[in-house]
Amino acid sequence: MDTVGLENFLIVGGILFVCGVVCMAIKRNAIGVLMGVELVLNGANLNFVAFSRYTKLGLDGQVLALFVIVLAAAEAAIALAIALNFYNNHLTIDVDRADELQG
Amino acid sequence: MDPKTGETLAKLLTAAWLLPLLGFAVEIFAGYLWSRRSKAAAYLAVGCIVGAFLCSASALYLYRQLPTIPVVHHEASHQHGKAGHDETKPVHGEGTVVAKEEEHHTDPAPRMHSFSGTHYVLAKFSNLKISIDWYIDSLTIVMFAMVTLIASCIHVFAMGYMSEELTEEYEDHQVHTSHGHFSRPGRFYKFFAFLSLFCFSMLGLVLAGNIFLVFVFWELVGVCSYFLIGFYIERKSASTAANKAFIMNRVGDFGFLIGLMIIWTSFGTFQFATRTEADGQKQLGLFDMVRGADGKLDLQDEPGKKAVLLTDDHDHPLLAADGTRRSIPYILLIGAGLGVFAGCVGKSAQFPLQTWLPDAMEGPTPVSALVHSATMVAAGVYLAGRFYPMFVPEVQLVIAYVGAITLFVAATIAIVATDIKRVLAYSTISQLGYMMLAIGLGGWAAGLFHLITHAFFKSLMFLCSGSVIYGCHHVQEMPQMGGLRKKMPITAYTMLIGVIAICGLAIPGVDVFFGGVAAKLGLPASFQNVMSEKWAFSGYHSKDAIVATAMTYAQLNPLHALLFILPLAGAGITAFYMFRLWFYTFAGKPRDQHVYDHAHESPWLMTAPLILLAAFAAFCACGGEKGFLFTMLLGSEPAHVADGLAAGATSKLALPSHHQIHDNHATAGFYALVVAAVGTFTAYLFYGARQFKLNPSEVQSRFPWLYTFLAEKWRFDDLYDVMFVKPVHIVARWCAATDRLVFDGILHGACRIGIVVSHWDRLFDENIVDGLVNWVSNVTYGAGSSFRYLQTGRLRQYVMFIVVGVVLVGGFGLFWLMLRIRPS
Repeated sequence: MDTVGLENFLIVGGILFVCGVVCMAIKRNAIGVLMGVELVLNGANLNFVAFSRYTKLGLDGQVLALFVIVLAAAEAAIALAIALNFYNNHLTIDVDRADELQG
Repeated sequence: MDPKTGETLAKLLTAAWLLPLLGFAVEIFAGYLWSRRSKAAAYLAVGCIVGAFLCSASALYLYRQLPTIPVVHHEASHQHGKAGHDETKPVHGEGTVVAKEEEHHTDPAPRMHSFSGTHYVLAKFSNLKISIDWYIDSLTIVMFAMVTLIASCIHVFAMGYMSEELTEEYEDHQVHTSHGHFSRPGRFYKFFAFLSLFCFSMLGLVLAGNIFLVFVFWELVGVCSYFLIGFYIERKSASTAANKAFIMNRVGDFGFLIGLMIIWTSFGTFQFATRTEADGQKQLGLFDMVRGADGKLDLQDEPGKKAVLLTDDHDHPLLAADGTRRSIPYILLIGAGLGVFAGCVGKSAQFPLQTWLPDAMEGPTPVSALVHSATMVAAGVYLAGRFYPMFVPEVQLVIAYVGAITLFVAATIAIVATDIKRVLAYSTISQLGYMMLAIGLGGWAAGLFHLITHAFFKSLMFLCSGSVIYGCHHVQEMPQMGGLRKKMPITAYTMLIGVIAICGLAIPGVDVFFGGVAAKLGLPASFQNVMSEKWAFSGYHSKDAIVATAMTYAQLNPLHALLFILPLAGAGITAFYMFRLWFYTFAGKPRDQHVYDHAHESPWLMTAPLILLAAFAAFCACGGEKGFLFTMLLGSEPAHVADGLAAGATSKLALPSHHQIHDNHATAGFYALVVAAVGTFTAYLFYGARQFKLNPSEVQSRFPWLYTFLAEKWRFDDLYDVMFVKPVHIVARWCAATDRLVFDGILHGACRIGIVVSHWDRLFDENIVDGLVNWVSNVTYGAGSSFRYLQTGRLRQYVMFIVVGVVLVGGFGLFWLMLRIRPS
């Protein structure tokens, strides 16, 4: 175990991503789903940053990671507003109850 | 003479002509302007026609002031032909004066001036001009005065007679509907509007200066009579009578049209008189083209190509474009004459178109008086007189025979008629026959003289009968009357004047006596002339003139003696039926007490016109052939009438001259008087006398076939029914059958084919075209319906789908990459 290589980062990013996806798929709580989304985004961020460090990508990966962070902030603001409105209307934040647009 | 007089006359007569039109234009809207109870329309109509009369009367006075044309040489006389607004300037079309030559050797009657001009040119077709012309001679002026005077009387009378129409709810007792009598708003104003229009048309007809304009007003007169006869249009009899009058007139008018076409193609002008136009061009009139200054026809008598050579107003020959003399085939001239005369036959109710006039009595009585005694039927005689120069002797013979037959047929029917108005109607036809006869025989002035006198006494009698009908509350059958002279004296005695006038009774010997007295007293010559005439009412003088003409004619042409016998017999029959009417109505004992008890004299509004007309009926022909009226008419006589027509001149007929007629005057007058006296006396025996009474019904039962024959009007109506009406019905039925079977069949077949084709078309549309579109939509819809279940609305499921999708895509992508990589 001498140095931490690119593979380690990718493994951690993959674990983070899978955790986020599983969290999105199994959580009925809307806040929980949002957390899963954060995990997925951060998993991806980790990949960008890692590729930026270990390949010839240069600063491009880090700039993209910054974009993703900004995007995640915006997404969180909108998603929380949706969750709040949903709660105002249904007195719950269970995403399974939000099925009015089903076919 | 003063050339301005012509223009003044034209202005006066035009005013008289247009005043009633103005009246009509206002009155026809009177229903909107005034209430139905208002008499305003009547006052306006009376005002207009009286104004017209005043204009005509002043024209008459002015015309009399003109000097008569002196005996002049032909060339000299035409110096009169130039006149205009300014004497130094060239001639203008309006107010051009044409002088007529005098026949100096036989006729002492002075000739009078005639004037003509144009108001307005309507249209121009190369040579032919259609324009509103006027033509004024003494005949025009006398007609104007007569028509406006009689029309004024009738208008005033009608104000009383039609007063029942002054209501919002007029109940017509002769029309039955499912719920009682028919009632409608009163049509007082409409009546007067049509009367005004009628006067306008009649005056226009008289004033018209070309034959085409005459035709226009001719038709207007016909339309007005249609309106007025059908005034009670809700009555079946009235509407039928109106139709009959109009259709019968159309038959005659058809001939008129043919005559017009011949004139157009042969002469290229419709104008009566020669005139100088505004542009200085001379427009030749019909009369000058056909007849020379002496009134003779210029005949070119080649066998098979008989023709009349045309001349201009100076008797110079007219040349055609190729240098030959212009001429018109004699046969065409006969055709034109007969055609125009056919129009006269229709309008004047002559044989064989006489049947409409008695039926036309369905109109209100003032209409009968105006339309069917004095004016409309007079239009036919007037035109025959006006157009006289165009009639060749053969046409005149036809006219004479038509007149003779008419007067006899109508007189015999009048003997058995019992409706008071119908007796007068037949008497009208009969008297019109006399006029036509006179014109046909060459007694031009005699015929028109009778036209004027007859107009006065016939309108008088019609108004009297109207007064009787009004007084008896619309009883028209004479068998229900009798003894009415005590109830309505004014009507009875004015009627008596009319009856005596039409019968031509005179007191013999008085003329000699008074003539002698006048001579002894040393009175002026004109006065002596008047005094030494027969002591008689107007009808005597005019009928006497006709009978004298007929007698002379019969002497000259023994072959046509019938033309003397019929009018002579007619004179007796006339006296008989007219006195029968008078005795029946006014004398004896009342036959129907109810009618008698309720009878009353008419109001002064109606009797005043009677008295005025009676005065004219009695004295308008005062002085006979030396009197005012006759000499007036004689002044416009066509040039060739005076000296007659020598035998063999244009045909084998000889027309009598003034001189010859004059020789027979006393004898003929005596015959006519005797015959009339016999007729009167017979009527007295039958209907008037208390003792020696002959019983009419006994005679009636003695000759039942004759009675029915006469009562059924010589069966003319039946004859026409069989000859024309039935065949027309049959043809119409055939046409209807053809229509229904053949044309409708074809149409129906086409329709059926169309229906079948469209049925198939519909099936194709519905199944193939619509099917395709529907299938596409169904498929789309089905697909949509199936896919909708994917949209479960569960967020977590979507995530799972995404994950599975990503994994699958990633897996397949990896697999594909591995396949690609392996070879290297």
